Amino acid sequence: MSTENNTAVEPKRESLFSKNNRKLLKDPLDDSNPITVQVLGICSALAITVQLQQAVIMSLSVLFVMIGGNVIISLLRNFVPDRIRIIVQLVVVASLVIIVDQVLKAFQPDISEKLSVFVGLIITNCIIMGRLEAFALGNKPGPSMLDAIGNAMGYAWILLVVSIVREIFGSGAISLPGMGQVKFLPTSWFISEGGFYENNNLMILPPMALITVGLIIWIQRSRNASLIEEN
Amino acid sequence: MAINKNGTGYTFGFAIVMVIVVGAALAVTSMSLKPRQQANAADKKMMDILGAIQVESTRDNAKEMFAQYVTTRIAIDATGGQVSLKQGDVDTKDSTDPFNIDIKKDYRANKPAKGDLAWGNANALTFPVFECDKEGERLYVVPMVGTGLWGPIWGYVAMQGDMKTIYGATFDHKTETPGLGAEIKEGFFTEKFAGKTLEEVGPTYFSVLKGGAITNEHSVDGITGGTITSKGVDEMLNRTMGIYLKYFNNASQRAER
Repeated sequence: MSTENNTAVEPKRESLFSKNNRKLLKDPLDDSNPITVQVLGICSALAITVQLQQAVIMSLSVLFVMIGGNVIISLLRNFVPDRIRIIVQLVVVASLVIIVDQVLKAFQPDISEKLSVFVGLIITNCIIMGRLEAFALGNKPGPSMLDAIGNAMGYAWILLVVSIVREIFGSGAISLPGMGQVKFLPTSWFISEGGFYENNNLMILPPMALITVGLIIWIQRSRNASLIEEN
Repeated sequence: MAINKNGTGYTFGFAIVMVIVVGAALAVTSMSLKPRQQANAADKKMMDILGAIQVESTRDNAKEMFAQYVTTRIAIDATGGQVSLKQGDVDTKDSTDPFNIDIKKDYRANKPAKGDLAWGNANALTFPVFECDKEGERLYVVPMVGTGLWGPIWGYVAMQGDMKTIYGATFDHKTETPGLGAEIKEGFFTEKFAGKTLEEVGPTYFSVLKGGAITNEHSVDGITGGTITSKGVDEMLNRTMGIYLKYFNNASQRAER
């Protein structure tokens, strides 16, 4: 659970794409990935990865809320009274989530129906509050935005990989927002049609998301020596 | 700035300003998106009604298909009498249009007592019926709401012209368990209703039986592992049909005369 990259207090002006700032974008993708390393935001990762299209919309929603939240809190960081800072963060996140929810209901009603309560639960996504408290409150808007993008992307790629695996093996299909579900296996392959193949229904159930995330963690750790604990 | 950031006055001031700003922003968002959301909800309702008479539609063509198949929208009262009747295009802003009767809201406000097959206060309510014409066949679509295991369930049941035989049904739910109760919306369950008939005398006109039971023409097999949701469908059907059958009987008497 490393959060060392939070102490980026720059004494002089830095370019937006300096080494430090690139680290903000890159680290959450691998070394300090919110899901596989910090193990935050697992609940939604389990719940909405049955289909790729849900994962895409969820990722975009989280990206929007994270950037908005981090930038707003960073802009307000010198004005927020310490004693109510968590409430202020919560109010900012909650209002952004409500906006996302309303926009989805208006423009993507079918997906909004499928995501149901999980859009609302972005509010309780630990990644978001964690980044606000740990990073945005102590840093300028620019780096805060990069940190938000980095962490949201770190969350998103895990979600996308898990949902692709689950949808291919669970439903024999891939779905994208606005395009619907594309079943690419010929129906004659299925046992019910006299073939040899059957979808693995277990993949649709939440436990398989956990196991898929576990496999990703395994692969990641075997490749990245810095993540392996001493004993 | 020489303001004490940790003073009580500042904290209160900050909180008040924040609430006003956030409240205003959310109110503006909600109001500007409302028309779109309502249009979406109306489209979905049309798709569900068309689904009950086995007509596939999408969000894009729901309006045209609805206008093509649904000829008359009727509102009835609890005694089965006709209150109002509308034909032509649906106006989602016209509160006298039976299409706009919000039975979910009515149900929430008039929940029947536990185990009771009557509405809390049915006499004050009106109930919509949708008369459809599908390739010359006259069908009646009845909307219904009930309670599943975790939250509301609802559905649309289409009756054939004899007003006793079920033509088709669609069910949906808000939060039933995926893979168990949530299966009520799937085709394998709703297909079973087609061709079944309602019993002439109540209060049980139709039964959704517990998994694996032998069914007759007045019952279907419920969902294994979704007993409470299945029971909810059963209760919803009987309570709703209790009211609509009065209207149907009146209507068929009128037709005989």
